[in-house]
Amino acid sequence: MAPLTTAVVPIGLVFGAVAAAKGLSSLEAAMMSALVFAGGSQFVAMDIWMHPASWSALAFSALLVNIRHVLMGASIGMRMPAFSGPAKCAAVLLLADEIWAMAELRAGQTRLTPAWYAGLAIPFYCVWVLTSLAGSLVGAFLGDPKAIGLDFAFPAVFTVLVMSFWKGRETGAVLAASAAAAVLVYQLLPGVWYIAAGAAAGVVATLTRGRQREASA
Amino acid sequence: MTLDPNVFLAIVAMAAATVLTRIAGLVLIRFIAIGPQQKRALEAIPPAVLMAVIAPTALATGPAETLATLATAIAATRLPLLAAVAIGVFVVAIGRAMIGG
Repeated sequence: MAPLTTAVVPIGLVFGAVAAAKGLSSLEAAMMSALVFAGGSQFVAMDIWMHPASWSALAFSALLVNIRHVLMGASIGMRMPAFSGPAKCAAVLLLADEIWAMAELRAGQTRLTPAWYAGLAIPFYCVWVLTSLAGSLVGAFLGDPKAIGLDFAFPAVFTVLVMSFWKGRETGAVLAASAAAAVLVYQLLPGVWYIAAGAAAGVVATLTRGRQREASA
Repeated sequence: MTLDPNVFLAIVAMAAATVLTRIAGLVLIRFIAIGPQQKRALEAIPPAVLMAVIAPTALATGPAETLATLATAIAATRLPLLAAVAIGVFVVAIGRAMIGG
């Protein structure tokens, strides 16, 4: 569990630094980490951040980016017979990707207990919030992150995550449809509609391929 | 340490959207059975969303960004997250310095 909490340190620092570069105060950066606690959507928020902040666009993009939590929560929820109702709710509120992966792994080996889960999730949560705060305090003195390519850290994190979802040719079709739709809509419309367009195109691509396969089978 | 009301509203809205997705899974398994078609659609969403987020940077910003995205993707097949990200940041910085960006 310690390596997991250690690995979040640099990512929290980078988040804080880029948040500072986007004009968020340290309080705002730490508050986002504390209340949202979903790295992927926080990275996206920084990517599309405007002044003044558009709450509807940011909430919509957070919803899209975090929709995977529905599946993750459904999956881990079935592995929590030792948890009371409120404990289950508290547990899924701290369901970051890394915590989910570790908990699924644990549930495969032994019975998942609330104490074990708390020991994993609470330190992880605290370190995420504190490193976001530290990163934003340090980041304010770093200057323009673009000069050293730091603004590319988030697109790079997403690129790695996209690769981790690779499951063969069907993923290729999803990614190609999503990329084409996103670039097209990005050129034509302002705001974050390109994210919704890419998501919709990817889903349509996977359903179309599923139908084709059923038709040819 | 300032807190802009507009920023606060945006953070709360993001938090509400995220809480909704986290609780929805628990609600789902109590009431609904997910078929293979629905499962496939849900599974396609995360890679499709992530791809949509990076596509304008990767394909419509400049050669340095395109090159760096490619380098990151290749590195990701062999290296852990932080190393792949470091390579991407390094390539984009070098690329911008050499070909402008």
